[in-house]
Amino acid sequence: MALENTDIQDKLTQNFGEEVFNFQQQKDIFTFEIDADKNKAIILFLKNDPSLQFHFLTDLCGIHYPDNEVNKQFAIVYHLHNWYENKRIKIKTYINGEKPEIKTISNIFLSANWMERETFDFYGVDFIGHPQLKRILNMDEMISFPMRKEFPMEDGGRTDKDDRFFGRTIDNC
Amino acid sequence: MSELLLPPEHRYAKIIKEKLNEDGSELSILNLGPTHPATHGIFQNILLMDGERILDAEPTIGYIHRAFEKIAENRPFYQITPLTDRMNYCSSPINNMGWWMTVEKLLDIEVPKRAQYLRVIVMELARIADHIICNSILGVDTGAYTGFLYVFQFREKIYEIYEEICGARLTTNMGRIGGFERDWSPEAFRKLDLFLEEFPAAWKEFENLFERNRIFIDRTVNVGPISAEQAMSYGFTGPNLRAAGVDYDVRVAHPYSSYEDFDFIIPVGKSGDTYDRFCVRNAEVWESLSIIRQALAKMPEGNEYHAEVPDYYLPPKEDVYTSMESLIYHFKIVMGEVPVPVAEIYHAVEGGNGELGFYLETDGSRTPYRLHFRRPCFIYYQAYPEMIKGALLSDAIVILSSLNVIAGELDA
Repeated sequence: MALENTDIQDKLTQNFGEEVFNFQQQKDIFTFEIDADKNKAIILFLKNDPSLQFHFLTDLCGIHYPDNEVNKQFAIVYHLHNWYENKRIKIKTYINGEKPEIKTISNIFLSANWMERETFDFYGVDFIGHPQLKRILNMDEMISFPMRKEFPMEDGGRTDKDDRFFGRTIDNC
Repeated sequence: MSELLLPPEHRYAKIIKEKLNEDGSELSILNLGPTHPATHGIFQNILLMDGERILDAEPTIGYIHRAFEKIAENRPFYQITPLTDRMNYCSSPINNMGWWMTVEKLLDIEVPKRAQYLRVIVMELARIADHIICNSILGVDTGAYTGFLYVFQFREKIYEIYEEICGARLTTNMGRIGGFERDWSPEAFRKLDLFLEEFPAAWKEFENLFERNRIFIDRTVNVGPISAEQAMSYGFTGPNLRAAGVDYDVRVAHPYSSYEDFDFIIPVGKSGDTYDRFCVRNAEVWESLSIIRQALAKMPEGNEYHAEVPDYYLPPKEDVYTSMESLIYHFKIVMGEVPVPVAEIYHAVEGGNGELGFYLETDGSRTPYRLHFRRPCFIYYQAYPEMIKGALLSDAIVILSSLNVIAGELDA
C-alpha cells in the first residue's frame, strides 16, 4: 500500500506530538515543520521506522529571514526521499538568528557532512557535533557569511534595481 | 617573526612524524591538483602516501566558486538560465531544461507535447555528449587515446545540432519558460538523423575497444568500488549509484517532460567499481539513442514549440520590433514585471551525472528569495577520499574520471 501523507503525519504526531507541525502539501511534495531541538531524533525516526523508510537525504540547505522574529531568522531545509514508495518530503526548521545552531545529522546520512559544511560556509550555522565544520567553498580567512541577506550583491545605495520603482511589492502580486 | 609567516602545519605532518618514530618507514604528502591535468578541473587533493599507496586524502574545493546561488537571488528568472548553463557545462541543456521546468512548475504552466518531446531529444543528446566526454576521458586516463578520437567528433556533431537549434554550442540557453525560443529548423532534424545514423557504429567500436581490453579491465575492475548502502548514504544518484546496483533514475521515479511516454531500461551494475561505472554509462548511451528515436517517431504533428503564456514567454525578437503587444510583454518580462506566486518548490531532473535538483523559494518579488542547486558532483566528491583509500595513485586518477566530477558544478 502506498505511503500516504496522513500516514506520515499520524506517525510523526504520535511519536513527537507538537514538535512536528504545519503539515501541508506544497505542489508535489509533502512538507512540515519541526522543532529545531528535535531535528536529529525526527530524521532518525523517519529513516529507521519500517513503514516510513526515508533513507535518502536528497538535499539540505539554509535560508536567512532577517525580518523574522529572532528565533526564526534562519531556516534549515531537509529534503528526504523514500525510494521504496517513491515519496519525497520536505522538512523545514527555524533556528535562532543571534546564535544559529542545530544538531548535525552527518552521522545519520554521510551526505549531510558536506551539505552542512556548505550551509555553515554560507550562513554561519553551527552544526553541533559535526566532525569537520570548516569552510568548504569560500576561503578560510573570511569572517562574513555571504549568503546572509545583510550582504548585498551590489552597492546598497543603488536604486535602479529597487523593486519599488517597478511598481512591485510583495503585497501587490 | 619568520615563523609567523609559515603556514600552519597540516595534520598529516604530525602523522608522518609519528610514523617515522614508529618503524622508520617514510610517509609523504602529495598534492594532487589543484591544476593537475589529470583532475580535469580545478580541485585539490592532499594525499597521505605510503610509497605509491594512498593512506588518506583531503579534498579542497571552491577554486572556481562563483556564488551562483547569491547571484540568482538578485536576478529575474530568465537571467538565471545562463548560470545553470555554467554548472555542468558538458550537458548544459539538461541544466537549462531543469531550471525552466522548475519555473513552469512554480507558475503552473503546461508545456505542449511537441515541445516536451523536443526537450526530451535535446536532453538525451546532452546526456550522450556528457557520457562521451566522461568515458572517453576515462580511456585517456588509462593511457588509451584512440577511443577518445573515435567518439569525440560526435560530441562536435551534437554541438552542431545545438547550433542549429539556438546558435550556441556549449552554453546553450536555448529555451524559454513554456518551451523553446524558436522552432527547430529542418536542418536541425537532418543533422539529428545523420547523427543517429552514424554514431551507433562508432559507439559500438568504442565499447569493443575497452570493455574486453585486458589492460583496461586490469586498471578498472575492483578499482574504487562503493557498495550500494554506502553510495546511498553518501547521496549518490545517477550512473555512479546505478553502477552499485540501485536502479534509481529520476526519469522513471518522477517523470518529467513526458518521459513516461518512452520505453527504456535503467542499466545497472553490480560492484560499483570503475569498470561498472564505465559500462553503465556505455549502456545509457544506447538507451538515450532509443529514447531519441522514439521521440522522433511519436512527435506530434504541427509546429507548436511553446505554451501560450504571453506573461512569461519572451516573444520572438522580430515581433518585438514590429508589434506593440510583443514589445510590452518583452519589456515586462525583461524588467521582471511578471507576477510570481509565493511558493516553495523542489524540482529534479536526471542530469548527466545524477539527480540535479532546484529548490526554489519565492516571496512574490521578481527574483527568487532563495535558490539552492542540488548538484550531484558536490555530493559525489565527498566520497572520493573513501573510495581511494588503499588504492594506488594511478587508480585515484581513474576513479576521479569515472565519478565524472565537473568542477563547474562542484563549486557552482
